[in-house]
Amino acid sequence: MSFSRRRVAAITVKELRDYRHNRFVIGTMAFLPLLFIILPIVQLLIAPAVAASPELTDRVGLSLLYMLVIPAVVPSTLAAYSVVGEREQGTLEPVLITPIRPEEFLVGKALAVAAPTITIAYAMFGIFLAAAKLFASPVVSSAVFAGSHVLVQLLFTPLLAGWSIWVGIAISARSSDIRAAQQLSILASLPPLAIIALMQFKVITPSTGLALALAVALLIVDTLGWRAVAAIFDRERLITGTRG
Amino acid sequence: MTGAPEKRSRSAASSLAPAPGDHALTVERLSKRFGDRAAFEDVSFEVGYGEVFGFLGPNGAGKTTTVRTLGTLIAPSSGTATVAGIQLTADNGPSIRARISIMPESPGLYLRLTVMENLQCFAGLYELDDVRGRIERALRSVNLLDRAGDPCGSLSKGLRQRVALARALLNDPAVLFLDEPTSGLDPVATREVHDLIGSLRECGVTIFLTTHRLEEAERLCDRVAILSTTLRLIGRPDELRQRLFRRSLDVRVRAPLEDLKVVLGALPEVEGWEQTASGYTLNVSDPDLAAPALARALVAAGADILSIAESRHSLEDVYLELLDEDVEAKRP
Ligand SMILES: Nc1ncnc2c1ncn2[C@@H]1O[C@H](COP(=O)(O)OP(=O)(O)OP(=O)(O)O)[C@@H](O)[C@H]1O
Ligand SMILES: [Mg+2]
Repeated sequence: MSFSRRRVAAITVKELRDYRHNRFVIGTMAFLPLLFIILPIVQLLIAPAVAASPELTDRVGLSLLYMLVIPAVVPSTLAAYSVVGEREQGTLEPVLITPIRPEEFLVGKALAVAAPTITIAYAMFGIFLAAAKLFASPVVSSAVFAGSHVLVQLLFTPLLAGWSIWVGIAISARSSDIRAAQQLSILASLPPLAIIALMQFKVITPSTGLALALAVALLIVDTLGWRAVAAIFDRERLITGTRG
Repeated sequence: MTGAPEKRSRSAASSLAPAPGDHALTVERLSKRFGDRAAFEDVSFEVGYGEVFGFLGPNGAGKTTTVRTLGTLIAPSSGTATVAGIQLTADNGPSIRARISIMPESPGLYLRLTVMENLQCFAGLYELDDVRGRIERALRSVNLLDRAGDPCGSLSKGLRQRVALARALLNDPAVLFLDEPTSGLDPVATREVHDLIGSLRECGVTIFLTTHRLEEAERLCDRVAILSTTLRLIGRPDELRQRLFRRSLDVRVRAPLEDLKVVLGALPEVEGWEQTASGYTLNVSDPDLAAPALARALVAAGADILSIAESRHSLEDVYLELLDEDVEAKRP
């Protein structure tokens, strides 16, 4: 039997249906992005309206960085919940009794996290851009839209989300406590963001080459993550660890 | 013995096909250890297609672990098995799981989803065609068609159990494992689940039923096995009773007999006796021969017979007797 898209879809659809009624998920998806969009917008609004100062560049850079926290952190909390959450609800065993393969289960879970969280991240970025255009001073606003800022942001949003999702699911598959899994996942979602921050603040000399290398590295993790997580997915431990 | 003739004829029918390929389950010297503790050990048995097989044992006997092992959720430590005609190996996991289903100890439904949404998810996981038709049939067989739109979280325990059963029926399993399907249910809900199992049995579904309710096993199963880490006994419920207990007659008389020894000693069918509160219990080789002879002898001796009956041992007696031995065996 080969990889079944139908089984992947069954998991994803089930998961999305479950989100609608899950207060924790709704809360995470509504509250965290709002929290993380306030700071960057405030940064923009109070930025000095002096043309092309280094301080302005820093401010804009910082607010764009804040915007990347959303695709890094929001998916990681949901991904951390995905396996250990089902285990705690007692719904994992019935699923693992079906012919499903770990890869199918994991990809289904990842898509269910990716779809809403990437949508939300883009929506928040849209709101951020609109706020820059409408409310920030023209100098600040043009600094936001200058160069490849927007493009980089659009590119790194799904790449970072992918990293956070796979790392979060991996942690979820190996831990036995939801809260511990979430804290660990949030921490683990930060390293790529930290590299971007170091470039942003010129600790590492920013270059297109470096940015591309990071993007490619993330892309590899995102597309092959399911294999790595499937390898550490231990059906037996997940089943027998649920006792009690 | 009530219900026995029907059971006998079914067993006879299933024993007509003894070819090994025809077994729904063959288990040989299977063991599972967690660390140095054995969950079950050296277990061997076979289950024919269409049979309802009871797997009895006290808490911690290894019933659930056996079901999980045969369902490819956990790997055995040693031994071999075939499940629905397929060798139990890690690689065969998906094909075995496609042919069987397990109703676990707890229903494990998605409580925020409706009954229909739960079943749709599993129909997808089994890659079934005609999803709508199958779900409808499964819900009809557990009498839940009218609750399809209800969130599972709003259902009672008994109803959730029935949804779990419907879920297990979706893929028309060759072997259906039911792990304590009535634990925690009230008598009415229990009766409903029993009736459902009864009707599945009529349809020829092979059922592996774990339970520690003996009357359940006695009522529903063609054969039972009693497990307490190792397999202690296996056979038809009535066979087990006979194997474990000497056959005996309970005799009640109005007044104690004076020349008891003379009367009973003259009967070759009677192997021994002891006095009870209201009469005697006699060990006999064959109750059908002994009872009439005994009646004649007692009447001739002037006794007023109130009743002569074969002693009844329930499966519970068998079980307690066995596990008592276990406890004694474990004492230093
Ligand atoms: N993951 C595990 N780690 C260690 N020991 C385990 C594990 N799972 C089961 N056991 C042990 O294996 C034995 C059998 O457990 P199992 O759950 O199969 O029993 P059971 O017959 O289903 O009991 P119950 O009637 O309580 O459901 C028990 O002694 C149990 O403690
Ligand atoms: Mg059990």
